[in-house]
Amino acid sequence: MATEVAQLFDAIARQHNADNTTDDPRFRAPLVVGGLDIAGVTRTVCGVSERSMPPAWYVALGISLCLLGMFGTCIGYLILTGVGVWGNNIPDAWGFGIVNFVFWVGIGHAGTLISAILYLFRQNWRTGINRMAEAMTIFAVMCAGVFPGIHVGRPWLAYYLFPIPNQMSLWPQFRSPLLWDVFAVGTYATVSLIFWYTGMVPDIATFRDRATSKIKQFVYGIFALGWNGSSRHWHRYERAYLILAALATPLVLSVHSVVSFDFAVSQVPGWHTTIFPPYFVAGAIYGGFAMVLCLVIPARELFGLKDVITKRHIDNMAKILLATSMMVGYSYLMEFFVAAYGNNKFERFTFFNRVFGPYWWGWCIMTFCNVVSPQIVWSKKLRSNMVILWIAAVFGNVGMWFERFEIIVTSLTRDFVPSSWHQFTPTWVDLCTLAGSFGLFGTMFCLFCKYLPTVAMAEVKTVLPQAHAHGGHLGPDAKRTDYRPDEHSDPDLDAPRFANR
Amino acid sequence: MTTMMETKPGYSQPEPQPAVVHGALAEFPDVDSILTAAHTVRSAGYKVWDVHSPFPIHGIDAAIGIRPTILPWLILCGGVAGLTGGLALQWFCNAYDYQFLISGKPMFSLPANIPIIFECTVLISSLTAVFGMFALNRLPLLYNPMFKSKRFKRVTDDKFFIWIAAADKKFDEKTTPAFLQAIGAAAVEIIED
Repeated sequence: MATEVAQLFDAIARQHNADNTTDDPRFRAPLVVGGLDIAGVTRTVCGVSERSMPPAWYVALGISLCLLGMFGTCIGYLILTGVGVWGNNIPDAWGFGIVNFVFWVGIGHAGTLISAILYLFRQNWRTGINRMAEAMTIFAVMCAGVFPGIHVGRPWLAYYLFPIPNQMSLWPQFRSPLLWDVFAVGTYATVSLIFWYTGMVPDIATFRDRATSKIKQFVYGIFALGWNGSSRHWHRYERAYLILAALATPLVLSVHSVVSFDFAVSQVPGWHTTIFPPYFVAGAIYGGFAMVLCLVIPARELFGLKDVITKRHIDNMAKILLATSMMVGYSYLMEFFVAAYGNNKFERFTFFNRVFGPYWWGWCIMTFCNVVSPQIVWSKKLRSNMVILWIAAVFGNVGMWFERFEIIVTSLTRDFVPSSWHQFTPTWVDLCTLAGSFGLFGTMFCLFCKYLPTVAMAEVKTVLPQAHAHGGHLGPDAKRTDYRPDEHSDPDLDAPRFANR
Repeated sequence: MTTMMETKPGYSQPEPQPAVVHGALAEFPDVDSILTAAHTVRSAGYKVWDVHSPFPIHGIDAAIGIRPTILPWLILCGGVAGLTGGLALQWFCNAYDYQFLISGKPMFSLPANIPIIFECTVLISSLTAVFGMFALNRLPLLYNPMFKSKRFKRVTDDKFFIWIAAADKKFDEKTTPAFLQAIGAAAVEIIED
């Protein structure tokens, strides 16, 4: 029975785009299928940049560049004319600008979770997707960072956020969450960038060694820093990578908690609640995984990466999507419970207003997209269908945007005193800026797919059976049946470990 | 054979320099062969040598005898520096230089300062990790004689190499390549200028 399972896994490992989602606790499912060996992984991943890009890539890049142009134009118009071109008003001083900021920052967290937290949990399957996820993080944080800068009334004074000596001898107010945000998002952007780059150095070296033109050789050569695969270098590299992962892990949890403090530390009903840090972090990971799925599902089809980003990878990500959506759903439930059970009439009204007030449609979209639609993942048939899963992922992103919209707009437009109430209506500049931010994201991601290694080749190679030695009797034609990482010296693997059940 | 150079007065052809030998590079096909070879090279007494691979090989540290790096200690120092830096920054700016009374909070409010102290700690530790790692590895190292070898291009693809530097006391242009052939190398070359 055991050998049959092992042989089944072997057959799976040899088929292109095989279904490696079956689980048997005695054997690890193959993480690279299609019979790829070490050179095959290099060929598959380098082929993305070396071959000419598929037409869909040009279409995606074209659309993204148009949206990016729109983004730049809207920002220019905003800065030249003033924040009045947005729908912001009093009391709703934080409109789309901050909704978009929190949305993009949240998306970034999934990448670091995949890179850092899954690394610490020794989830080897992360190697197929961590490069794309980290790239997504960097680009999402870039998009996020634009909004705090432009949403202030005088963006040319944005340097006031930083402790730079100035003519007024003034320093920032470090006890404010808005400043904590500056340091948190700044740290997160820096650490994500250096983590991503450090991970890429060996793969850029592969690009350098396969470069066909002088320019590519030179540019990749510079960024590869002369990496030569030395084991002494790998030793320090692995230590640095582990410690970076350990440092990035609390960042995933703390950065979005700090962003949530922007709201939680205020007195506004619906915002002033201790549930916000875990609520925001769960939501961020949910939204981030939704975005990773949105990117990875088409990318593996278009770029021929199905053997490296396998069905198991997509399956695992879908399960994390479901798990985090359940946490988000639980948070929604708890918010309502505390509002109903607590004796704060303002809090109670706020939640009544979310469901029945003028923005009830946003609440419906949010609840459907974040709580209801991910439930399809329970069904193996539905989550194996790439189109349906992709649609659920898009819904996830839409739902997370509306969650931030609900939090910010419903609480601000209907706060303590009815005389202060005022409706918020987004202007065309608001909507175009939001669409344009996707243009920035899309452009960066398309360029990344073309010019940088889309999969962490060196890491994927370490999860192949050929990467491990077995006392000399495993050669390059190693089969899965020969690879037993958990076995020490158990000669009779067929014998059940727990007999006489 | 006369050249243009010889006809110019007062100029003579420079003496051809003897080629400088940098070391020997041996190619191995897979992980098993390189691990056993690495053990053998180490027992043979070579000191200035290395193994090159497309990914970190499990067990190679023990085979070569790599001592654990001091990088984690450097990162710890970086973290402590970040912590004290973040604390000092906030104390100086809000509690000393321009004292800021905000909604009755204490001038020096440790709880309110914690998020930024935490972020500064993580930031400086991470920067130390990355820059420290590259510095200890002496990277960027853009000129490396090993790159002259065409075979060596596959080190980032799927081949494994052992490099024994000429600076090693036991290195010899004749015996070292033969030794490497004997322990299972698919190909050996001498790298020279």
